[in-house]
This record gives sequence, C-alpha cells and structure tokens, in this order.
Amino acid sequence: MKVKSSPARKVFVVINYIVLTLVMFISLFPLVHIFALSLSSNSAAQAGWVTVLPVNFTLDSYKYILEKPEVFKAFGISVLRVVLGTIISVGLTIISAYAMSQPDERFHARKYYVWVFLITMIFSGGLIPQFIVVKSVGIYNTIWALILPTAVQTFNVILMLNFFRGLPYALTESALIDGANHFQIMARIVVPISKPSLATVGLFTMVNHWNSWFDGMIYLSDTSKYPLQTYLRNVIQSVDVASLDLNSVGAMTNVSQKTVTAAQIFVAIIPILMVYPLLQKYFISGMTLGSVKE
Amino acid sequence: MEKKKKKSISTIMKTEWPLHVLLLPAMILLIIFAYLPMVGIVISFQDFVPSGGMKGFFTSEWVGLENFRYIFAMKDFRQVLVNTLVIAILKIAAGIIVPLILALLLNEVNNRAFKKATQTIIYVPYFLSWVVLGGILVDILSPTSGIVNSALKALGHEPVYFLGNPDTIRGTLIVSDVWKGCGYNMVIFLAALTGIDQSQYEAAKVDGAGYFKQMLYITLPGILPQIILVTVLGLGNILNAGFDQVFNLYSPIVYEKADIIDTFVYRLGMLNLQYSVSTAVGLFKSVISFVLITSSFALAKKFANYQIF
Repeated sequence: MKVKSSPARKVFVVINYIVLTLVMFISLFPLVHIFALSLSSNSAAQAGWVTVLPVNFTLDSYKYILEKPEVFKAFGISVLRVVLGTIISVGLTIISAYAMSQPDERFHARKYYVWVFLITMIFSGGLIPQFIVVKSVGIYNTIWALILPTAVQTFNVILMLNFFRGLPYALTESALIDGANHFQIMARIVVPISKPSLATVGLFTMVNHWNSWFDGMIYLSDTSKYPLQTYLRNVIQSVDVASLDLNSVGAMTNVSQKTVTAAQIFVAIIPILMVYPLLQKYFISGMTLGSVKE
Repeated sequence: MEKKKKKSISTIMKTEWPLHVLLLPAMILLIIFAYLPMVGIVISFQDFVPSGGMKGFFTSEWVGLENFRYIFAMKDFRQVLVNTLVIAILKIAAGIIVPLILALLLNEVNNRAFKKATQTIIYVPYFLSWVVLGGILVDILSPTSGIVNSALKALGHEPVYFLGNPDTIRGTLIVSDVWKGCGYNMVIFLAALTGIDQSQYEAAKVDGAGYFKQMLYITLPGILPQIILVTVLGLGNILNAGFDQVFNLYSPIVYEKADIIDTFVYRLGMLNLQYSVSTAVGLFKSVISFVLITSSFALAKKFANYQIF
C-alpha cells in the first residue's frame, strides 16, 4: 500500500493517529487514574491533583487494606469460587458436549438431550423463581449457591459440541472398533486434541466467575461470605451514600475512603490484568469458536 | 441395563448407556436450576406465600391476571418501560456506530505495532465487571473530588453531577457502555474488513477513486452483512438495557430516567418482597424478549445467513 500520498491523505493519516491515540488514552485513563489515586496521599486525592501519576506517593492505602482481614477473606472466596466453579463448569461442558456430539446412530436419544439444553437458552424462570429454588434446595448462603446454578453453561456446551463435531469422524470410529469405551475416547483422544478450545472456554468461565457479584448479593445472607466483587460493591455503595465514614477510617491521616476504595478496586483488577495477555489472545478465537462448521 | 425388554432398546442401551451417564450431572443441574424456576413462573398468576419456599409454587392461591392488572396500572411501570427502550436503543445504536468508525479508522493504519497496541488497549474495559467500572466512574465523575469535574472547573465550567442528575444519567450510561463494550463489535468489523477482496481496491485506484470513495463503495458494502447482523442481533436485546451497569450506577434521584425493567424487577422482588408482582413483570419481559429474539434470529438467518445453532 505504498503509493504516493496526496497532501489530503497525509493530513488524514496524521489526524487518524491522533484520534486513535486519544481513544487509547480514554480507554486506559480511568484505570491508570484509579491506580494513581490508590498510591497518592489523601490530601492530593481529595484536592483533585491526581491525574495519571501518584501525587505524594504513599503505600498507606495498600497497608490499610492489608490490615483489613475482610479484603483478604473476600479475595480468597473469589479465588475459591473461580477454581471450583471453573473446574466444575468446564468438566460438565466436556462430558455433556462429548455425549451430544455423537452422531445420531451412535446415540439415539441425542436430539432430545440437545433440546433440553437449548430450551434453557431461550426460557428462564427469572430472578424470583430462581431465588426461591436456590433457597429451597439448601445451598442458600453457601459457596455452592455461587457455583451450581450457573455450572451448566449451555452456550459453552453448544460451542464445544460444535467443535467436537468438527473433529474427524475416523479418529473416534477406529478407537470404538478397537474396543475403547466412551470414557477412554473422551479422556485420551477428544480432550487432548481440543485443549486450545477448552482453554478458551475455561478462561472465559474464570473471568465470569471472578467478575460475578450479583449472585453473591442475593444468595448469600452473610456479608462475611461475600466474594471480592460483591464485597467491593458494598464498599463503593457505602462511600457513595455515607461519606461520613470518611474520617473514621483510622489514625492514618494519609488514607481516605477515596484512596482506600481506589486501592480495593485495583486489587480486584489485578487478576484480570494478569491473565489479560491470554484473554487478548483467545478473544477473537473465542468468538469464532461457536460458528457452525458444516 | 441388562434387562431384556424389547430387543432393539436393550441393545441400544447396552452400547449407549455411558452417554446417558455422561449427561446425567448436567441434566440434574438443569432440572433444578433451570426447569424448576420455569415452573416457578406460575407464581405470577398466584398470590405467592414465600414462607413455604418451592412448595408455594403448587399451594399458593390462584389470582388469574390480577398481578398483571396491578403492574399495568402502575405509573412507575410505564416510565420503566420507556426508560428501558430509550436506553437500550441508544446503546445498540452507539454500540454499532462507534466500533464501526473505530474499525474503519484502524483499518487505515499501516503501522502494525500501533494497530496491535490500539486493539489491545481498547479491549481492556470489556473484561472488567460493572462493579469495578462503576466504582471507577463514581470516583472520576464525583462532583466534588472527581477528576472530570476538576477539569471542568479548571475550564471555568460548573461542576456536573453526571450520575446524580436525571438530565445527564442516560448520556452517562450510554457513553460508559460504549467505553466498556466497543472492543467487542470492533473485532467483528475488523475481521470483516480483512475479508474484503484487496483486488477491488487496486481496480478502484486504477479508475481514480480516492480513499473516501473507496470506503463508500467498497469497504462499507463489503462489511454490510456484519453491520446488519450486529444490528439484527441487537434487536433481541431491546429490553435488556444492562442490569449490571444500571444497578451499579443509578440511585433514587435518577430513577425517573434510569430505572429499567430488570432493576425494577429486582427492587419489587428482593426489596419489597412482592414476589408474585416481580415475577409477573419478569414474565412480561420474557415473553416480549422471546418474540424479539426468535424474530431477530430469523432475520439474521435471512439477511446475513447467520445461524446460531
């Protein structure tokens, strides 16, 4: 595309770079700003002097949260739900998708099962009936309330089902003839060659679990059992409503609700930033994974 | 498994039982957490008594359409419907136009490193929760200590209470939604742009068409199917104005402009404990959404040859 550029084109190119740089700045600025706030002194934060760099650099906000056991606990609960939730959800996705990816002649009931899944994508009971069910089956106020109701992700099952169906038929057919059973074929042939797709599904399941907050809010009555996002919501809302809390924060004059909240928000972002290179890598492949290949 | 009923079924079961076993866990979970709640929809035609839990689905008194009459008589409900439609439609429109422009601009960039960097950075907010983004927005938009208002004040402007003023809340919701989500549609458009046959551009250049004409006559028609697809699929979401976002950004002062169906359902049910009324509102939304989604899928198939399943 190296053709001689007209002056108008040159102007466009320059403006284009400026606009896109601005867009990058807008995308990232709020995050950088919150990080800078979390590392600034209370007075600088309140006065609005902080932009992208910390003013009067201090780690006091982080020291303050480190002394708060609630933040640690909520972080731990989030990690636990991510680990348990992802293992269970991906496991269910694999076994369900594998079974339903069988051709009709190998699995006569296949299409009935597929419908049982599809219907859940179209209809849902809604907030209150779901809440009543969770309350009635004995998992209310336990971590299972955050894991089991969303463990079967129909969308992911369909995604993997389509992927498995795209695998060469001969691969499993010869193993079946050789006398291997479905459990062996699934574990030794299908799962190993599907690792990249499973990684994509797993990664997005992890991010969803990490980011979920509403289920914690309605299914847990005990605030001490809150995962980090739900806990964080409480912190943010209380800042919003009752700024009176501001000075009761403690003897440390260098921290305030503003800087401490910023630090807590940043703590919730860190795990996402850590897996971000992977997210970025799988983002596009994840979107095309579900396309029907027939 | 070894029972000798009809021959064909027993032989089928002999080879196929492992597949049924594999599906058993998911079936149990779906029945409990998806199908039982669907049964629970009946409470929107009942005067549900919460104390009995799930048993109430079967034992509560039937009241016919009483709950629906109650909702449609509510002044709030009509406002909530209007809010939902306005916010959702503006979000869908902005969520197509902005990513489209960004994709077109990005497509003109020849520097690969710059292109990659822009893409990488634009996606970041997409992966953060609305709790986190809401917390950030509450902070930066604060009328007293937020950076945005500090800047406005420095420019001699009055501070604006973006989240606390009914006149600015909708704009704030839409702009922040685009900020979070524009990376997603941008990827779709960018992928479509790379699929355009490059020889068309060569031919256009020979014919003396400038960059703008090339965009108008080659690029835009080239990605029209994707634009239609995204628009049509957006139609299915016309009653989804974004619970997570609104719930983390709204407050009673701005209910008149920002309260949407989903937040309304939440408050009716979880805070006012009007279980039956709340479920009735939810059902109303589900029925309309169902019609919209199925027709949008049909349209998507017709115009963009796109198939979900």
